[in-house]
Amino acid sequence: MTATPRLPVTLSVNGETHVLTLDPRVTLLDALREHLLLTGTKKGCDQGQCGACTVLVNGRRINSCLSLAVMHEGDEISTIEGLGTPEALHPMQAAFVTHDGFQCGYCTPGQILSSLAVIEEIRAGVPSHVTDDLEAPIPLSDQEIRERMSGNLCRCAAYPNIMAAIRDYLGEGA
Amino acid sequence: MIGQGVIGQAISRTDGPIKVTGRAAYSAERQDAGPTLHGYILGAGIGKGRVARIDIAAAEAAPGVRLVWTHENAPEQGPAEGIEGDMMDRTRPELASDRINYYGMPIAFVVAESFEEARAAAGLITVEYEVEAGAFALDGFGPNLNWRRPSQAGDIDKAMREGPVTVEQTYSTPYHFSQPMELHACIADWRDGHLHLYLTAQMVNQLTTGLGKTLRLDPSAISIDSAYVGGGFGSKIVLHCEAVLASLATMALGQPVKLMLTRRQIFTLVGHRPASISRVRLAATPDGRLTALGHDALIQVRTDDAWDEGVSSVGKALYASPNRLTRQAHQALDVQPGEPVRGPGELPGLMVLESAMDELAEKLGIDPVELRLRNDTQIDPDKRLPLSGRRLADCLREGAEQFGWCDRPTIPASRRDGRWLVGYGVASSMRGHYQTSAEVLVRIEPDGLVIVRSDMTDIGTGTHTIVAQVVAEALGVPMSQIKVELAHTKHPKGNGAGGSWGAANTTVAADRACAALRQRIAAVAGTSYNDIFAEVRRHFPDGLEERGRTLDNKDDPNYQTHAQYTYGASFAEVGVDIDTGEVRLRRMLGVFAAGRILNAKTARSQLIGGMIWGVSAALQEAGALDPRHGHWVNGDFAEYLIPTHADIPAIDAIMLEDFDDKANHLGVKGIGELGAGGTGGSVANAVYNATGVRVRDFPITLAKLLPGLPGR
Repeated sequence: MTATPRLPVTLSVNGETHVLTLDPRVTLLDALREHLLLTGTKKGCDQGQCGACTVLVNGRRINSCLSLAVMHEGDEISTIEGLGTPEALHPMQAAFVTHDGFQCGYCTPGQILSSLAVIEEIRAGVPSHVTDDLEAPIPLSDQEIRERMSGNLCRCAAYPNIMAAIRDYLGEGA
Repeated sequence: MIGQGVIGQAISRTDGPIKVTGRAAYSAERQDAGPTLHGYILGAGIGKGRVARIDIAAAEAAPGVRLVWTHENAPEQGPAEGIEGDMMDRTRPELASDRINYYGMPIAFVVAESFEEARAAAGLITVEYEVEAGAFALDGFGPNLNWRRPSQAGDIDKAMREGPVTVEQTYSTPYHFSQPMELHACIADWRDGHLHLYLTAQMVNQLTTGLGKTLRLDPSAISIDSAYVGGGFGSKIVLHCEAVLASLATMALGQPVKLMLTRRQIFTLVGHRPASISRVRLAATPDGRLTALGHDALIQVRTDDAWDEGVSSVGKALYASPNRLTRQAHQALDVQPGEPVRGPGELPGLMVLESAMDELAEKLGIDPVELRLRNDTQIDPDKRLPLSGRRLADCLREGAEQFGWCDRPTIPASRRDGRWLVGYGVASSMRGHYQTSAEVLVRIEPDGLVIVRSDMTDIGTGTHTIVAQVVAEALGVPMSQIKVELAHTKHPKGNGAGGSWGAANTTVAADRACAALRQRIAAVAGTSYNDIFAEVRRHFPDGLEERGRTLDNKDDPNYQTHAQYTYGASFAEVGVDIDTGEVRLRRMLGVFAAGRILNAKTARSQLIGGMIWGVSAALQEAGALDPRHGHWVNGDFAEYLIPTHADIPAIDAIMLEDFDDKANHLGVKGIGELGAGGTGGSVANAVYNATGVRVRDFPITLAKLLPGLPGR
């Protein structure tokens, strides 16, 4: 029996550097969960269909299950663990608690990271399927937010409450 | 928050902060057992037949592989049991023979040092099948049906003949999957003769019987810990292969083993809501009094499994009718066993029956809300008992008022808003309320902490929070001094989260434990003390604990003298694109009477979530079974459509102030499934009102609407 070949990779996660030696088939999702024990990033389908594994890479959101860990040498990866703590919640996390933007909580880290990224995408003028005018500034409308959040499935169907949380966060002048 | 007035308040979930920060560890994320080996299941690529030859040599030789099992070398297990026994207590032997009973059934299991190695090795296994012709299509009502669960009054055939206004229609409902976001997963750790499972489950103690018989272990040698569960919706009630295979492997290898099903595997290895075909018969007098109510349902089953989705049973007690017949028949197909899926019976059954009521209202020329009000009843027509807390009429009236039902287009396909045809729909909801035997322990520590222990799970239901609220109320202590420990087999046994009974069982038992504690303290300290912890320190320096219990329905007198249900009404407004037939939900309101509400915030969330299940049952969800091979063609989240953010507008749920003293002394009933009940019917009826097209084959998709859409 031959051993599985492994590659060295240095990952920067939430500002911390981790030196790993990984099977090149390990996804970024499994590197976080199985090797760094950062289990806040969730595996909901492992095939890019549910958004539970959403993380930010260099500030942009990706499905970490569709990306191999060895592709992220030198990238800045942000996960839910880097956002806030139970004692000091990030304002978006606090808004999710206040508005009950989850029930089981499994899709929640992905929803929270996506919601923060969505706001930045709209502000940066990145168009979506529902953007009418590609020249004008894009409104932070419910329709724009819902469209862009639609890659994050929630089977408890907390959608109305998640929208309320995002609205509340925006109202705080973030 | 200090007791007195805590129950019912809209308090945020106590487990919220750890969930929104990613600190809550779900089963596959538990580190308690240390590093684990990883399992991967190879499922059958045919729907029926046998494994003629299976070659595992290459897989066994692959890097990191520790074990490869097939039916030829898997450990012996307790044999499969007949369908007579309790669904919860049955064995579930895996890899037990060469037989393949359904597509995706495990035919090999690989354990390796990493997930990647296990998955790759599974791909090296070669299989030759002997394929047999399977039955994969639900045919419809044939002759010589064996009718089951009949509930009958009067003579429905005569009433249908006499009419004068009748509806007789056939409806079908599809295969429906729970698919919670957390994948089914188990870490099994065999250590010093004891099996520790970190398993995603809705009920824990219940699983040890069947698992013990399967593994040939005494149930007392099995612990199950389901501290955080990423949704259930019925799919995490019965024993599944991940628990069995991970357990067998850790017992063979002496190292912890982790097994997570893939999303596609959850479509084959976890059961579904069976498809059904219904024939509904209604007759009424010209002023809208029902004279006949009939619901025949044909349900998909397996010959070796008897999960009998009670599609027809909702007609037993929803409306009064002197002539009534509800019953169901089975057709066995070669798909995996059916299982509970949120609102078993009610979700498809109400969608069908409430569609038929809408058809009757139109034939009569009576407003659909008014028709339902005219057929309200205070006596359960089936059990012939008073219906306790029957407030269907209040829900309908309040909802009509709040929704602006008076603005409904009275003529179908008569209202346009730009390119959208607009319609309103209404439907009633009803869900049985059950009580089962449960025990909860409450312990007061002298140092100022109250500990509550129960094996009840919190699958997103808010159990941690509502239990703390009830105990805070009962003992007059702040919620911050209450620690709720759940979801472990070592805790007192309840009946878990399922059947919408968890909240009432657990809080009633906890409240009784608190009452017993207060009595013991009062016996030595009177009742005028200010600080309960000071009295415990003084009189019970080692702390003080008591247990409270609930009885099973069949042993509780209130459940013999009254029929117990919860009630609701849902109102929907949809838009249907005049050209494409695309249906968009525009707004929706549910009004519910479900006893005393323990937490206005978490209850509203659960009801809204349930309503959204109703929306997607009407418009989206359907498992597509390949009629040639018995394969789930759309078995993943790209193809099996569930609602997304873009599908769902603002939705509201109103909970009527209610207290059902026949249910229990706290007045509490369940809400987990009620929201999902009739909501699909209100959406379907709104689609008809918008378009004039009645689709009786759910879900209502564009292709079914397009041929009948009115012209521009």
